[in-house]
Amino acid sequence: MSARTRPVTTTEGVRPFAFSATALAECRELIARYPEGRSKSALIPILHIAQAENDGWLSVNAMDAVAELLGLRRIEVYEVASFYSMFNLHPVGTYVLDVCRTTPCMLRGSDELIAHLEKKLGIHPGETTKDGMFTLKTVECLGSCGTGPMLQCGARYHEDLTVEKVDRLIDELRARNQRANYTDR
Amino acid sequence: MARKILFEHIDKPGIRGLEGYRAHGGYRSVEKALRTMAPEAVVEEVKKSGLRGRGGAGFPTGMKWSFLAKPEGVPRYLVVNADESEPGTFKDRYLMERIPHLLIEGMVTSSFALGANTAFIYIRGEYFHVARILEQAIGEARAAGWLGRNILGSGFDLDIHVQVGAGAYICGEETALLESLEGKRGNPRLKPPFPAVKGLYQCPTVVNNVETIAAVVPIVNDGGEEYAKVGVGRSTGTKLISAGGNIKRPGVYEIELGLPCDEFINSDEYCGGVDGRAFKAVVPGGSSVPIVPYELFLRTAKGEPRLMSYESLSDGGFVSGTMLGSGGFYAYNDAQCIVRSTWNHARFYHHESCGQCSPCREGTGWLDKVLERLELGEGRAEDIDLLWDIQRKIEGNTICPLGDAAAWPVASAIRHFRDEFEYHVTHREKVKDPRHFAREPFRRTARPQTV
Repeated sequence: MSARTRPVTTTEGVRPFAFSATALAECRELIARYPEGRSKSALIPILHIAQAENDGWLSVNAMDAVAELLGLRRIEVYEVASFYSMFNLHPVGTYVLDVCRTTPCMLRGSDELIAHLEKKLGIHPGETTKDGMFTLKTVECLGSCGTGPMLQCGARYHEDLTVEKVDRLIDELRARNQRANYTDR
Repeated sequence: MARKILFEHIDKPGIRGLEGYRAHGGYRSVEKALRTMAPEAVVEEVKKSGLRGRGGAGFPTGMKWSFLAKPEGVPRYLVVNADESEPGTFKDRYLMERIPHLLIEGMVTSSFALGANTAFIYIRGEYFHVARILEQAIGEARAAGWLGRNILGSGFDLDIHVQVGAGAYICGEETALLESLEGKRGNPRLKPPFPAVKGLYQCPTVVNNVETIAAVVPIVNDGGEEYAKVGVGRSTGTKLISAGGNIKRPGVYEIELGLPCDEFINSDEYCGGVDGRAFKAVVPGGSSVPIVPYELFLRTAKGEPRLMSYESLSDGGFVSGTMLGSGGFYAYNDAQCIVRSTWNHARFYHHESCGQCSPCREGTGWLDKVLERLELGEGRAEDIDLLWDIQRKIEGNTICPLGDAAAWPVASAIRHFRDEFEYHVTHREKVKDPRHFAREPFRRTARPQTV
């Protein structure tokens, strides 16, 4: 792990976190699914909600709020958040571009797509553009192997990408300037 | 036109919604099972069908179901594995996006057979958009009485929940999946006990792939014997193959097991042949199965035509065969570099190792590093034997099959393409260009070497 993607483990200078009323209602609905005493099962779905409510990343404040909601020790939340690749443990841009780099996409040109995005955005994977708009992230197989190269941004898959298509996508996203989350409907 | 069983109606308008799905005979298997069959009779049909797990391992589904412990007063669970993360595999996504009720129907019928009143679909987090489609289908099914309490007046209750993951290949391994569903890191469990005895919340649990559960629908509708008439030998029924790589027509195809490999890769009904160059190699069943040269994909070492079936694809063992796996098929043209692809595979497994077992945690990292230097023109002559040695020490020495899955692509690449690895040591300057075989394909110096 390079320095640029190191988790932010401090609460200093990081904004406090509280669930919105709608998010809290959604969390309670999730918890009710599981048998008595098994509410920990809701941890991963709730971390997704917390990340969406915290500008796309999980701060210590956000994780601690999740621990409190579920009655878990904080370490139980940290160890899970740090295991799964969709959870960002450092601030990210308005848009996180998850570009698939695994073999089937590589056969269809993902190396070239990633190189193009690095050049266009002026950043390497793991980094965020200076204007805070884009975070470039390379990820492993997203189950889009027949339509590669591709990237995921929020809940949406952008498939069969070419240099022209990805340029257009970047322009559109920049113009829209609205955070994309995995939990978007 | 080959026979379609799961995808017979997939192109019909409105098939994604309950109404359209019902119009084409949807939920008949639930009516038949709940009204006219005992749970054991459903299990019996699945046994007779010869259905084998479609997630990759190919274990007989009926047998897996018959292992389910049934202690008094303890709940049982059905968990559908929709984690689909095996590189090359996108068939379950296709099924769930286009005909979600087929999965829901299969789950109702299967849960009835197993005596489960709660079922989960564990779906990979990146498929959030698919999870929404499933949630909508579940809502429709519940409103129409196909889910909930006392379904069809039978006294059978069932709730289905969709659980999203958060990005971890290992959660496709069934015990890691259960850990994740319990809100933990996806570390595979030591077995025994198997999930059939102690699974979700330490209760008896069956974990099955999406496609497996979908196949229960036609098996119950038409009977296990009818299903077993399709296919070849112990490879009964149909299989969804997701095809990608350097082919003309990527996509998801339902094939009858036993289809000749040549027809699958070259006919316009399926892959449509190579994308303008020449085929070099094939990975027929997801990144974990051995890579084979194109010639060995078409014909076995004995010279017989190879078929798309569990047995034929593995004919010759690891010396000259491969595996059907998950049906995540991808083909390479001659612009591709096998060393680069092997490095990509190794990097994937390194990234996805959960870190529990030292041979996998450390070994995948070593494979990644050594392959990286070979591909970047910094390799040494002894690296090839070093790779062979590392992969051999991972295989069979880990809690779960991820270790084997990391070892096999490396072993098979060296076994069949050793001359190409040697070229990377002798032509270090040439391979520094990342597209080194794009203009001038690699020319084999010898017959494929078998180890």
